[in-house]
Amino acid sequence: MSVVEALYQCSGLLAVLILFATGVLILLLDAFSPLGRKGRLGGVAVAGTAAALFAAWQSESPGEPLFFEMVVWDRYALFVTSVILLGALLVLLLSLEGRRRDGAGTGEYYALVLFAATGMVLMAQAVHFIMIFLGLEILSISVYVLVGLPRHERRANEAALKYVLLGGFASGFFLYGLTFLYGATGSLSMTAMASYLGTGERVFNSYLLLGTALVLAGFAFKLALVPFHLWTPDVYEGAPTPITAYMAVGVKAAVLAALVRTFREALPAVVPHWTTALWILAAVTMTVGNVMALVQQSVKRMLAYSSIAHAGYLMVAVVAGTPSGVTALLVYLLAYTVMNVGAFGVMVVGQKERDGGELLQDFEGLGFRCPLVGAAMALFLFSLAGIPPTAGFLGKLLVFSAAVEAGYTWLVILAVINSVVAAYYYLRVVIAIYRRSEAAEAGPEPAIRLSGGERAALILAGLLTVGVGVLPQGFWEMARRAVLALG
Amino acid sequence: MDSAWLIPAFPFAGFLINGLWGRRLSKKRVGTVACGAMALAFLTALRLFWLLLQQAPDRRIWEPVYYTWIAVGEFSVRASFLLDPLSMVMVLVVTGVGLLIHIYSTGYMHDDPGYARYFAYLNLFACAMLLLVLAGNLLVLFVGWEGVGLCSYLLIGFWYEKRSASDAGKKAFIVNRIGDFGFLLAIFLTFWTFGTLQFSEIFQAAVQRFQPGDMVLTGITLLLFVGAVGKSAQLPLYVWLPDAMEGPTPVSALIHAATMVTAGVYMVARCSVLYALAPLSMGVVAAVGCATAVFAATIGLVQNDIKRVLAYSTVSQLGYMFLGCGVGAYVAGIFHLMTHAFFKALLFLGAGSVIHALGGEQDIRRMGGLRRWLPVTFWTFLAGSLAIAGIFPFAGFFSKDEILFETLMTGHGLLYTLALGGAALTAFYMFRLVFRTFFGESRMDPETAHHVHEAPGAMAVPLTILAVLSLVGGWVQVPILEDGKRFARFLSPVFESARGILAGTSEHGTHPSLWVEGALMGLSVMVALAGIGVAYRWYVADPQRPEKVAARFSRAYRWLLHKYYVDELYQAVVVEPLKRLAETVHEWVDRAVIDGAVDGAGALFRRAGAVLRRIQTGLVQHYALSVLAGVCLLILAALAV
Amino acid sequence: MTAVYIPALIYLAVTMGVMAVILFLSARIGRRRVTREKMLPYECGMDPLGTLEIHFPIKFYVVAMIFIIFDIETVFLYPWAVVFRDLGWFGFVEMLLFTAVILIGLVYLFRKGALEWE
Repeated sequence: MSVVEALYQCSGLLAVLILFATGVLILLLDAFSPLGRKGRLGGVAVAGTAAALFAAWQSESPGEPLFFEMVVWDRYALFVTSVILLGALLVLLLSLEGRRRDGAGTGEYYALVLFAATGMVLMAQAVHFIMIFLGLEILSISVYVLVGLPRHERRANEAALKYVLLGGFASGFFLYGLTFLYGATGSLSMTAMASYLGTGERVFNSYLLLGTALVLAGFAFKLALVPFHLWTPDVYEGAPTPITAYMAVGVKAAVLAALVRTFREALPAVVPHWTTALWILAAVTMTVGNVMALVQQSVKRMLAYSSIAHAGYLMVAVVAGTPSGVTALLVYLLAYTVMNVGAFGVMVVGQKERDGGELLQDFEGLGFRCPLVGAAMALFLFSLAGIPPTAGFLGKLLVFSAAVEAGYTWLVILAVINSVVAAYYYLRVVIAIYRRSEAAEAGPEPAIRLSGGERAALILAGLLTVGVGVLPQGFWEMARRAVLALG
Repeated sequence: MDSAWLIPAFPFAGFLINGLWGRRLSKKRVGTVACGAMALAFLTALRLFWLLLQQAPDRRIWEPVYYTWIAVGEFSVRASFLLDPLSMVMVLVVTGVGLLIHIYSTGYMHDDPGYARYFAYLNLFACAMLLLVLAGNLLVLFVGWEGVGLCSYLLIGFWYEKRSASDAGKKAFIVNRIGDFGFLLAIFLTFWTFGTLQFSEIFQAAVQRFQPGDMVLTGITLLLFVGAVGKSAQLPLYVWLPDAMEGPTPVSALIHAATMVTAGVYMVARCSVLYALAPLSMGVVAAVGCATAVFAATIGLVQNDIKRVLAYSTVSQLGYMFLGCGVGAYVAGIFHLMTHAFFKALLFLGAGSVIHALGGEQDIRRMGGLRRWLPVTFWTFLAGSLAIAGIFPFAGFFSKDEILFETLMTGHGLLYTLALGGAALTAFYMFRLVFRTFFGESRMDPETAHHVHEAPGAMAVPLTILAVLSLVGGWVQVPILEDGKRFARFLSPVFESARGILAGTSEHGTHPSLWVEGALMGLSVMVALAGIGVAYRWYVADPQRPEKVAARFSRAYRWLLHKYYVDELYQAVVVEPLKRLAETVHEWVDRAVIDGAVDGAGALFRRAGAVLRRIQTGLVQHYALSVLAGVCLLILAALAV
Repeated sequence: MTAVYIPALIYLAVTMGVMAVILFLSARIGRRRVTREKMLPYECGMDPLGTLEIHFPIKFYVVAMIFIIFDIETVFLYPWAVVFRDLGWFGFVEMLLFTAVILIGLVYLFRKGALEWE
């Protein structure tokens, strides 16, 4: 490959390069600029992410494999990248004020968020398992550190330690699975694997079986599918809230993107053997997630379990596996990203004035103390509960009807029961928001002050939650065309 | 016709104004905004009604599509309304009665600190309810369905500082979830079967593609009915409605009597074509309706809380509406829905006036003789009672009698007998209420009696208007007369195809002579009069009598007083086991795995460092073990295929 | 086909055998003296139980960590050097970038004071 050609191919990696360069720039600025200027690093991070998003939309997406068939820049990658970067942007906006207040570790925080985004986008673009693994590790290591960044908080320390240990364990499984896959097919390139496997007898191979199981386990760990989920509540609860949001949406989007690409481009031949296992994973994940969310008192922990349940719904789309299923999955990812970051964002705002601020009673009267925040939270929770006409309802409708179409009626019935149950714990919070707290009866509580970043993030997330729900056609078309790019 | 969207838009605007700035506005402004929004909606509805009447009967169906929500492949979902005589009737009832109740509320809620919040919720409710009745497809209907549900919970729990109020809100919520589950499944099944959610397309396809008795349609209609049973408080999911009386009384009048709870009836009537093609479901609807009508009426006999009697009476009257729909008499069902909205709203508002006058007292054992102090309330309440009892020429007479008549004519002799008995019970418990509250000696404590005052104008005017409507509201549908059935003629285009199917499948369409019709009417009135007569003898002429009767049939009395112990039964059979299950799951999964032996974040603050380390090691090992188990399970699952 | 695996099987058998012999011998010959240090989970002698307030030189860990990271990354230079000619300019530029990134990391560490002992 000539240098010129390499430069040309870099246009397919523009988002990754911009994210990485911004991250490095922030590290250098952090090292060389005086303390007083550090507040501006957040602005740089936001600008970098926005630039990456812009560049992603500007660069053509030809769909040819780049850099020795390692990555690809197609419409599928574009869609997932957009979702990831949207999530990252919202998370950064929500972090601005907290970082400014805490001071220490500011540069590292922003740089790590950007590095994690780099890893996520790489996973969305990867067509080679080594690239998937690299992306996975880049994002994992960044997130491990981000979780533990509040060094003096014991909860964060515990969360980070657990996440590192178990994450390493899961990465080990993943890598071990790759070796088996390599052994079984002689390659780790998706196209090469697919063409080796064909549809013939080579599928019945115990190495292939073992390799797929281990790789799937690695993915399942990051997706927090039951029974790989036990770390989730502890880590989500202990991490700084914006990072929890980031883990819940960005990481899931990237890993699901890689999972779907694996099934459709590398291992389509083995998929029929795995549907039962995936069916069970989806069913168990959403049920356990919802039942556990039901009994939580802490809203943050409830949202952690709720994100497990949502992973279950997303898996329903993976089980369906049809083009309309994957389309639904992408739309659901978008919806899930905006509404979930939104809900965690409200929590960030609420935590500013109350220590903790995670329990149900902390939300009481929020709708009166700050109507905008209260209304936004109600909107996000409606959307999470899947009540029309929000984005969450659209996502569920598309996922469930794709699954019914593919013949998984019972799974959909189970999913509907689940979402009906789920509405209970979401709406419980809504009702608390519009109930005057006892403290408020005693005297008027101070209104919540929103920083510019928080306001922007909540409004953006709210607009998208409504927008995707009310005018879904364009988003759906985009997702459909993205799926056409897949093999 | 394009202005149909304005009807729900006005209340929504009112909700936004009062919701966002209500606390900064004066009470007068808040009331003006809320009532003004409803008045504008009502005027728009009237104008549309007039436009609708200009059209030829078969052209009175409009389907304004506002935009295509999503087009996925062949099927598309549109945000559309369906404006036909059926939804027109509902819109008029919702906006008209709603407006009156809004006005009444300005008086009733005047001293409540949550004044603006109350009106914001009430407007939001009106918006959702209008969306529900105007919906052109199941999806928009579902939006409204969830919306009214939410407002209902918010308003039941409006006085959340009362524990019973927030419990009641919770109960309503949970019970309604069961109904919503059925409704959601019905939507998916419909989407799957027809590839569309648009009413007009569904009905057309149903008539063309399905034979009567088809399994899929039976499934869809039964699931829809599960939703209706939840929302309209029928057996066995009626338990939430009596508890919902914890909300402010105008809310009980609007949501839990006149409008929201009738949504189930409306939905069944709206899907009349599907039900006509599913005789089994029709039978279920009729049977459940009739059983509920009688069952709730018996409970109403002995209750002592004025609002609870009315609540059970609402459950019972909703049963009559379902009975009408179930035997194919959709017009009669909707007719009763409309007249019921008038007289039940009136009765609730009257009860509210009594409660207001007595400073919150709701127990009829501590009332009596109020006729003297509250003349307006008394006369209007009496009009409502006569209407619900079915006395000629009040509205309830025409509508209830039509349901009874149609039930008999379609060959449901048993249901007819039961429903007729229920009518006697209705007359009895309603006049028991009237006599206990307004007649006889005062049983109030002196302190309360001292403060008794007649309702202010804002409350008296709506009462009067509703009383007039309870009288004349039935005259749009007079049997026997040559040109009497205007209401049926107006609605007939909506139910034409359903009637056509029913006429083809059963003995529908036989019409007896006018003499028989007249005789049956006489019978209904006699039965009602008998109920009133017994109530008079027991509660006015011989006040000791009820106690003797209660003592003689003490076991039956206790059963009735405790509402057949249904709440206790649900508590024991459903709630407790579920609670235990949740606790067990919590205990074993959360406590044992996450919190207990290996306590997570919570313990960090409670336990010392040394213990903590051990805990952490154990924790991660457990988690890792679970990952390993997951891998093994995955492999097993793959091998099993 | 299976013949290919025979060396691997032999290797496996030999490994197992050696392991079994060593374990067997140490179990039979060795004297068993249980001390506290021996029962600790970490063989380096780190005490996993105890208060958090003990003093230990954190610098040591930091430097060790930095050393390992840079060491491993430098190792990549060796395989590159072997195929340097085949990769040509593309490989050269790529390696320059790689080195630059490492260098930035070093600069960052230096500025942050991670390498100062006192």
